[in-house]
Amino acid sequence: MTVLRSFRFWGLVPAWAIMLFTLIIPVGIVIGVSFAERGAYGGFEWSANIDSYRELLFSLGWTDELEFTPKYLIIIGRTLALGLATTAICMILALPVAYIIAQSPGRWKPLLIYLVTLPFWVSMIVRVYAWLIILGNNGLAEKLWRFVGGGEIDTFLFTPGAMLAGMVYSYIPLMVLPVFAAIEKLDPALLEASHDLYGNRWVTLRKIILPLTWPGLAAGAILVFVPAIGTVLEPMLLGGGKLMMMGTLIQSQFGGARNWPFGAAIALVLMAIVVVLLMLNARRASRKEALL
Amino acid sequence: MTRGRALEVFDVSKQFGSYRALDHVSFTIDENEFFTLLGPSGCGKTTLLRMIAGFESPTSGAILLYGKEIAGLPPEKRKVNTVFQSYALFPHMTLAQNIAFGLENLGWDKARRDARVGEMLDLVHMSDFAARNPLQLSGGQRQRIALARALATEPQILLLDEPLSALDLKLRQAMRDELRQLQRQTGITFVFVTHDQDEALDMSDRICVLGDGQIQQIGTPSEIYEDPENRFVADFIGETNFLDGTVVSVDGDKARVKTPFGFDITTFQKGVTGPGPVTVSLRPEKIGMAEQATGNSLTGTIAGRNYMGGFTHYTVDVSGILLRVSRRNDVSHADSFDIGQTVPLGFRDDSARVLAR
Amino acid sequence: MNRATDVRHYPGARLVTLIFFIWLYLPIGVVVWYSFNENRLVSVWSGFSTKWYAAALENKALLAALEVSFIVAVIATIGATLIALCAAMVLSRAPRRGIFQLSEAVVNMPLMLPEIVVAVAVLILFSQIGLTNGMLKLILAHTAFCTPFAFLPIRARMQGMTLEMEEAARDLFASPWVAFRRVTLPMIAPGVFAGAMLAFVISMDDFITSNLLNSGGSTTLPVYIFGLIKRGTTPELNAISTLMIIASLIIATAALVMSSRAMTRD
Repeated sequence: MTVLRSFRFWGLVPAWAIMLFTLIIPVGIVIGVSFAERGAYGGFEWSANIDSYRELLFSLGWTDELEFTPKYLIIIGRTLALGLATTAICMILALPVAYIIAQSPGRWKPLLIYLVTLPFWVSMIVRVYAWLIILGNNGLAEKLWRFVGGGEIDTFLFTPGAMLAGMVYSYIPLMVLPVFAAIEKLDPALLEASHDLYGNRWVTLRKIILPLTWPGLAAGAILVFVPAIGTVLEPMLLGGGKLMMMGTLIQSQFGGARNWPFGAAIALVLMAIVVVLLMLNARRASRKEALL
Repeated sequence: MTRGRALEVFDVSKQFGSYRALDHVSFTIDENEFFTLLGPSGCGKTTLLRMIAGFESPTSGAILLYGKEIAGLPPEKRKVNTVFQSYALFPHMTLAQNIAFGLENLGWDKARRDARVGEMLDLVHMSDFAARNPLQLSGGQRQRIALARALATEPQILLLDEPLSALDLKLRQAMRDELRQLQRQTGITFVFVTHDQDEALDMSDRICVLGDGQIQQIGTPSEIYEDPENRFVADFIGETNFLDGTVVSVDGDKARVKTPFGFDITTFQKGVTGPGPVTVSLRPEKIGMAEQATGNSLTGTIAGRNYMGGFTHYTVDVSGILLRVSRRNDVSHADSFDIGQTVPLGFRDDSARVLAR
Repeated sequence: MNRATDVRHYPGARLVTLIFFIWLYLPIGVVVWYSFNENRLVSVWSGFSTKWYAAALENKALLAALEVSFIVAVIATIGATLIALCAAMVLSRAPRRGIFQLSEAVVNMPLMLPEIVVAVAVLILFSQIGLTNGMLKLILAHTAFCTPFAFLPIRARMQGMTLEMEEAARDLFASPWVAFRRVTLPMIAPGVFAGAMLAFVISMDDFITSNLLNSGGSTTLPVYIFGLIKRGTTPELNAISTLMIIASLIIATAALVMSSRAMTRD
């Protein structure tokens, strides 16, 4: 009503302009580049071949025949495995934490939520750096390990475990917040009704709490998984650059190795994974809406 | 007393997609009148109010404010103010700033504004609250400030959109009297929208009953209650018994009707042109029971009973016809009629109304 | 209430929560603690000192990187907040279908795609159109991915504000512009502020895009710190990190206080 008719058009123009210029058109170009040919001196030359995609699975052998190479499949697999592990650990951790926060007295709630979000405002690179120190030589992790009587250990760093620790730490607030929002909406009378109808705590958790907080968990899973599989800092610093993930693989194609078409192809594979996931989530959400 | 015409709504219709919210509505509101738009939810009364305020425009028809067409004007160009259902007090302004808002937009200078704000706060008995924030107020206080804000600019018409619906029962009763008094004091024309028939009967000079986007009846509260135009009005306002009857003869505004009780009555009719089947409306409080019974006598068996304090509502079975009867409890603990008991009933011819089918 | 009969009590949940919060703050505490370590080796404690702070504040390259980050963040924040405000004004009052639904998805798109994909995409675009100004590249990219962060709080705030408020203003003789300036804008101000804060922090914090677009003269703070880390952990890094942590805490607290005040005002 108060929004003028002409503003209904002009108000959206800046948003469309910046997104078209820095997102939609560039992603279109990436699709084109993934079918291009690698340039002699870096960059690329336009063409239409699927070499970049073939390179994901095959490499040229000594006699120019295609040889199956699992090198990149391993990286994709590692990325998905670490992304899933991060998401799962975040879920398991977030559930009790969000539950306790939701139950805490009213005046405590904002403070606890503030404490959950606070580390998230601290620069990502600082947070990953902190884990570098903790897991590093003679760091807190090694001291703790020796204290509990663990055996000889070379280093915690440069392992998938180190990357996982950093990723869980980086993304956990993105899980706690939606789960908290879902649990807070839960009417305590539902828990009482469940117990009243002879359900014990375990039954109540499984049949009442989990189904009703599932939308929050699903939202959190998307929020964690998407950045987790695109992450760059954890593999570069905590993984030591040796254990590549898709993010670092893409980045390296635009740096030292310089195979832009191949980098574009991996970026598209990553994007495809995310888009499929988002579409599945949208379908789940709309199905739920239809039920209500 | 001669009054000017404050507002004329002429043949207004409103279409939302395929849904017709208002269908050829016409009426006139006089100056200084307390005019109520009454109807069930979805009857189009709020749409009508929003069109007068300028938030919607009619699909067809004209709205005239003191003789001038306003249908094309934006809300800020109409000397019409609204008291919103949620009050819509600006939470980032003090009460005084809220009241001054309209005056500022009209270009009043500060001294005049301040004086006016003081007057308005006085009018609604909230002078000590000027510097408060709306969120610190109770529901009744918010309502008063919303009134003061809307009245401050001396609108030609004040629109009130179910302003009492957010209040609790006791407060609602008190605010009715306050609103009525405020209207008399300021002499401003009020257009009041409600779905609550008690509010409408209690406060209005005239009521316009809306149903299905059409005007069902316009009249004073007693006309609406005692002489409903049609079955919709009789049913919506108050409670009534609908009986099947057959007109024997019509004589001007009266008709002779055969009742299902076996005897004929002669009483006022609406819209009946000749012999044929009709509906007879008979209000529960017009039927006397036992010693309160007068006129045509009947005998029935009590089938149900609802004790309401001042009244008891009985359902009485009169040879297969269930009649609702309201009995005044004029003696303490005199509620001695039990279910199954046989009681004499009576009603006078002219307390019934004959309505066309 | 007795724990055994309290149906809301789940044994162990409290303990997990306690450990969670310790774990959440431990790394930050470790960084702050070691920043006062006199020893050149990060993990060998040999006494209290603030000399690493002095070293950090004298580091010219660090200050230059900070300046780049700050300029980019301020411009990107202003741009993103204005774009988001305009879009939110339209989208919160328009029906949720057709072009409007699509526009909403477009505004939020940077949130839905992995940042590395977007970073690669803009890198290719900028190289294709021959854009070489490092700062401009950063500002454009940052404005885009900051927009949804500015948009969401403003949108939420506008959604919570009933249309009746604007109607009341118009009813009291305010023109559309006056209604926006005196009623809508003050009422959504906490959302605008929270959105701007979020956009600023996201821009200051960005590594992936800034690293990929990095060229001489446009090294941002996180990219510079990354370079330092690659050369080895030093107490000076801890001091820099601690200063960044303090800055984050101040901004986060300001944003949270504003938004909680906004909530109590509803």
